[in-house]
Amino acid sequence: MPIRDRMSGNEAVALAMKQINPDVLAAFPITPSTEIPQIFSQYVSDQQVDSELILVESEHSAMSACIGSQSAGARTMTATSSAGLALMWEMLYVAASNRLPITMAVVNRALSGPININADHSDSMGARDSGWIQIYSENNQEAYDNYIQAVRIAEHPEVQLPVMVCQDGFITSHSIENIELLEDESVKSFVSDYSPAFSLLNSEEYAAVGPYDSPAYYMEHKRQQAEAMKKSLSAIREVSRAFESLSGRKYDLFESYRMEDAELAIVIVNSAAGTAKEAVDRLRKQGKKAGLVKIRVFRPFPHEQIAAALSKVKVLGILDRSESFSSIGGPLFAEIRAALYPAAERPPAVNYIYGLGGRDVTIDHIESVFADLEKIQSTNETGQEYRYLGLRE
Amino acid sequence: MENMMEVRWHGRGGQGAKTAALLLADAAFNTGKYVQGFPEYGPERMGAPITAYTRISSEPIRIHSNIYEPDYVVVVDETLIDVVEVTKGLKPGGAVLVNTQRSGEAVRKQLKHQDFEIYTIDAQKISLETLGKNFPNTPMLGAVVKVSGIIGDEDFIQSMEESFQHKFASKEDVKEGNMQALKRSLQEVVKYEE
Amino acid sequence: MKNKSVSHINEKINWKDITPGGVITVSGSADEFKTGDWRTMRPQWIQEKCKQCLLCAPVCPDSSIPVQSKQREEFDYDHCKGCGVCFKACPFEAIEYIKETK
Repeated sequence: MPIRDRMSGNEAVALAMKQINPDVLAAFPITPSTEIPQIFSQYVSDQQVDSELILVESEHSAMSACIGSQSAGARTMTATSSAGLALMWEMLYVAASNRLPITMAVVNRALSGPININADHSDSMGARDSGWIQIYSENNQEAYDNYIQAVRIAEHPEVQLPVMVCQDGFITSHSIENIELLEDESVKSFVSDYSPAFSLLNSEEYAAVGPYDSPAYYMEHKRQQAEAMKKSLSAIREVSRAFESLSGRKYDLFESYRMEDAELAIVIVNSAAGTAKEAVDRLRKQGKKAGLVKIRVFRPFPHEQIAAALSKVKVLGILDRSESFSSIGGPLFAEIRAALYPAAERPPAVNYIYGLGGRDVTIDHIESVFADLEKIQSTNETGQEYRYLGLRE
Repeated sequence: MENMMEVRWHGRGGQGAKTAALLLADAAFNTGKYVQGFPEYGPERMGAPITAYTRISSEPIRIHSNIYEPDYVVVVDETLIDVVEVTKGLKPGGAVLVNTQRSGEAVRKQLKHQDFEIYTIDAQKISLETLGKNFPNTPMLGAVVKVSGIIGDEDFIQSMEESFQHKFASKEDVKEGNMQALKRSLQEVVKYEE
Repeated sequence: MKNKSVSHINEKINWKDITPGGVITVSGSADEFKTGDWRTMRPQWIQEKCKQCLLCAPVCPDSSIPVQSKQREEFDYDHCKGCGVCFKACPFEAIEYIKETK
């Protein structure tokens, strides 16, 4: 029986963690993700979970504790944002290359400077090459659902990689919205018990982790890690199907919204996708063939599937909530254009950097993007490909 | 979207405008609605102007932007009227609710009355008399429920009873005071008629 | 993955067969890594002079002085790197430190 409730995105993730009942949660607080370990610590105090809570002195230590604990054979979690994720940097790579299925809630927040506490994706987009699977969430429901699925994706025998589940700071993390929850027992059986292939605390079979790799071995390990990332695409779909039969909620690598006959389409990530869907509906009412693709899985990047989904589009707008300072656009723009490169016919594509540091994005903003796309379609002139949205000129 | 009611709250840090925005969402949720309640975040300080928002709809809410064209504006602290344009974007036919001891006439003059209704309530007085402290957010919550009619009075009182039971589990007198404040606010909010 | 030995992990192993993250699923596998050929100097145990005081065994950084029934035995030359710490520690000149000639 689904449970109808209302809560913030942070509360939803903390509740998912409670229902998963991990062995260890190691964290250091940072806005806007602080509530997650804070709420979880209450669960620990109230003995509603069996978890060991490790409070550390920094995010570098938080991820280090996660690595130690997961290596020991404990199902381990953490949460962070912005500068906290940046401070984990070194250890993110260790977690991924040691093939540890740690899960982490990332509540997206801009990186300094100037210092800012509001939402953009510069934190997780900066960590996109660290070897973590990245799953993005439009709202509290998706953050909750994705977190539960993340555990199974990470621990999938073909994967064995850490997963970060992202949602927008404040916009969804602190917004109370309706949500449908699963029963504790359903979550428990969905994630089942963690049985690692090897662990430091297994007295039957010994293991040593994190050895030094000379040049004679390092590349083989990287190639193997890349293979796991590649294989995770089908594992993510497999877990999504299992989750759908449990919850009735359908998930895939990305969501196609009104794309069947779309000629003008935008690609977007996280909370602004909801706002953009409203814009698409408005345009559809005016008879315009507008559509939207919302990226759920950014790492690994589902390039083949995305290219197929966008193959019939006439003009494409790609919205990035972070700068990459490449001077030709944001990270999503780069990925989408790379995905489209092998196609015989590629639609013209323009990039919009939007919503940095929590700058609000409205239906009108998104409609203005579609108006631009329409103009490109009618004039056949792409013009400047790398643009800013909602900026004072 | 057509079925959506949007409320913008103006208060100062520490007055509970955010809490009231979330409680309104809570109360509407309890009557089967889809809701969204969120503050506009920045570095928070006591006394600094803050804005919070509530959306209520009979359909799932997907939009994730702030509210620029509210149906209702709640002014928890009337000193803000000189500081921020509280009625900015207020829909024609919408309403502004002001916590004040002054007359509706005086508020109207200050607001440069346009095509919206004005309601006043002395939330400070209600709060002082029921809670012994100035927490104007609870009476303002009652006032916006009354004015919007989004929830029936009885459903609202029952729903808040449950919320406060949970929120003030160990403080029976605080719960009782808040309930009194709500009930009085339903009665004491006044529409300004020219 | 479940390898009872690490001997198959050598510079010929391909990326599919190497263990994930380099995990080593057997204990004491350092024994299989022979470091004796790193020696340029060699400790030589002179059994007649040895009082079995056992000051040498614990200072060896490489566990290359085996001890059985409270008696030290011959050096483990498969692993001894010839650092000379044991030679310095011996109070009875029962360890010589000579040039490796192998």
